[in-house]
Amino acid sequence: MTATTSDVAPRYNDDVVRLFTIATVFWGIVGFAAGVLIALQLAFPALNFEPYLNFGRLRPLHTSAVIFAFGGNALFATSYYIVQRTCQTRLFSDGLSLFTFWGYNFFIVIAALGYVLGVTQGKEYAEPEWYADLWLTIVWVAYLLVFLGTVIKRKEPHIYVANWFFLAFIITVAVLHIGNNVEIPVSLTSAKSYPVVSGVQSAMIQWWYGHNAVGFFLTAGFLGMMYYFVPKQANRPVYSYRLSILHFWSLIFIYIWAGPHHLHYTALPDWAQTLGMTFSIILWMPSWGGMINGMMTLSGAWDKLRTDPVLRFMIIAVAFYGMSTFEGPMMSIKAVNSLSHYTDWTIGHVHSGALGWVGFITFGCLYYLVPKLWGRDRLYSLKLVNLHLWIATIGIVIYICAMWVSGIMQGLMWKSYDSMGFLEYSFVESVAEMHIYYVLRAMGGLLYLAGGLIMAYNFIKTIKGDVRRSEYPEMSAQKGTEALA
Amino acid sequence: MLHHHAKLERNSILMLLFVIVTVLIGGIVEIIPLFRSETVIEPVEGVRPYTPLELAGFNIYIREGCYNCHSQQIRPLRDEVARYGHYSLAAESMYDHPFQWGSKRTGPDLARVGGRYSDDWHVAHLADPRSVVPESIMPTYSFLMNNQAELNDIGEHMAVLKMIGVPYTDEQIENAYADGMAQAHTEDLDENVGGLLERYGDTINARVFDGNPSMVSEMDALVAYLQVLGTMVDFSAAQSVEPAGEVATESSE
Repeated sequence: MTATTSDVAPRYNDDVVRLFTIATVFWGIVGFAAGVLIALQLAFPALNFEPYLNFGRLRPLHTSAVIFAFGGNALFATSYYIVQRTCQTRLFSDGLSLFTFWGYNFFIVIAALGYVLGVTQGKEYAEPEWYADLWLTIVWVAYLLVFLGTVIKRKEPHIYVANWFFLAFIITVAVLHIGNNVEIPVSLTSAKSYPVVSGVQSAMIQWWYGHNAVGFFLTAGFLGMMYYFVPKQANRPVYSYRLSILHFWSLIFIYIWAGPHHLHYTALPDWAQTLGMTFSIILWMPSWGGMINGMMTLSGAWDKLRTDPVLRFMIIAVAFYGMSTFEGPMMSIKAVNSLSHYTDWTIGHVHSGALGWVGFITFGCLYYLVPKLWGRDRLYSLKLVNLHLWIATIGIVIYICAMWVSGIMQGLMWKSYDSMGFLEYSFVESVAEMHIYYVLRAMGGLLYLAGGLIMAYNFIKTIKGDVRRSEYPEMSAQKGTEALA
Repeated sequence: MLHHHAKLERNSILMLLFVIVTVLIGGIVEIIPLFRSETVIEPVEGVRPYTPLELAGFNIYIREGCYNCHSQQIRPLRDEVARYGHYSLAAESMYDHPFQWGSKRTGPDLARVGGRYSDDWHVAHLADPRSVVPESIMPTYSFLMNNQAELNDIGEHMAVLKMIGVPYTDEQIENAYADGMAQAHTEDLDENVGGLLERYGDTINARVFDGNPSMVSEMDALVAYLQVLGTMVDFSAAQSVEPAGEVATESSE
């Protein structure tokens, strides 16, 4: 009975997933391009055009475009796709889910316009002003309703592990967003507001928010993607069910404590700094639990990495996740942090996570999703997927190596003394030394952007229904992948 | 344990509640105690709310995203104290809504930049950083010279700040516009400068900051803000402020 009804009406709402997928690719390109521009501005300051296109206004545009626009739309797309399949039911409300699409992307546009015009709260990753914050709260409640409503009306008895992560991501981001945005507008017609807390307290709350934007937006949500798409693409079950339980609860419990490691040696009380450092180090373990669970899902299927560039994207993503979740705890140690903080090392660390983990797992999921969503048998070209993979990987390696060198060099130059016991370098001497690394970093970013454009081209062709026949002799998928290897 | 977990996996609301409790614990433990501010912010003499012009400058600092490249937090490390001065105290940012500690030093720390350079240097540097520091990679901000400082509604800003704990007096809020104009416009409005100093203290920098007395510009406001950074506390006369009856030893070490 149910089978026949589901044959008549489309079983799943994939329309909204398609919209979010297109938005993910679009905002990805915008965000990467903004990143390349501001990277070039640091290497060549003449590329700043005051007042609207100065670095200080464009940097939040870049971070918001990649985190909230690219990452956010990817989370919406994949969570809506996954929750329907793993619950064997259609989205709770078509209308509300469509509202989340337009509402969320409207939020991005008004936030971005604000930055360029100088409307900002001046809190990193929480720059949107009060009116945009209010709007986002409404959209986010709608998201929770759609997601939770779908889980509640599931036809499967169990809630699949990917959905635990999405649920934790949605609810925690709501808590963080509201907690960090208690602010009073100057007037109802003024874009300007003042946050209620100040100084030390605002620093602690901001980095409780900021670090968990990483922990829940860019980690928990994307782990949800990993837990569905890696097993799907590898055609293997998740490595360990017990490990996923342990990994899930320990990750969400411990992440929340890690914020104060952004405030080492500041006026924040010592006990809070020590607590933040301790939990940051402990966080290494659940993070690697997740990495192991993702990577070992390939047990017995490692050979697929030779033939499947989509799976390769996912596994490189998990490897980068492992690397940056080792680097992060290390940098949270106060002694290391005294050197690394305020330098480009932090920027490099963030980008190994963002470009390597968040970017690559998203690309892998998109390559899985696009042919399915548009009813195509295969991607236009697997060779282009492979080209994207290598161009982007080389871009990341150039980027993070340049930032390691420049960051550690900055830290050492600032702390360098001459034989008389005076500081050896003026600040601006350290700035001058950075030039070559800033050029290299921009080149790394440019390669990453080029990869994104290749992906977009591949998707346009795939959606049109084109296939590069030379890659698929006799249109056989199996032979096609063999030829690629 | 697995058996018990199965209950959560079958009940989405139960799982939601468990998640909420799990993620709230860390934040509660780390954040709530900070609002017992007597243990967090040691009172320090000299810290005062910004004048209207300085507040306008603070808002320009935020608007232009200066915090993206400049920190305002000197750590108690030998090289930082040598380079930037006394390490930052919690009290020094207690009226900053929000804090401007920053997270990155693409440019130098600014916590104690006040008084380090002349007004002329700041104006030249903001208008064209490379005219005074050839290696600088800072963007130009020459447009600040041509924009009027937003002082018309600065009293409303101060009223909001008062509501959330910044100790502005009603008199300061009433006279906000005049005080703001007077601080950078001293030639025409001499009598108002007296009021400004009376309301905010004798150490206020009241002068034409941007070299143009005909207009109170955003450049005036930003330079007034930069020139007060880190100067409110007189560290040369460091006297520990302890609750009555206790002999100060610890904080003066």
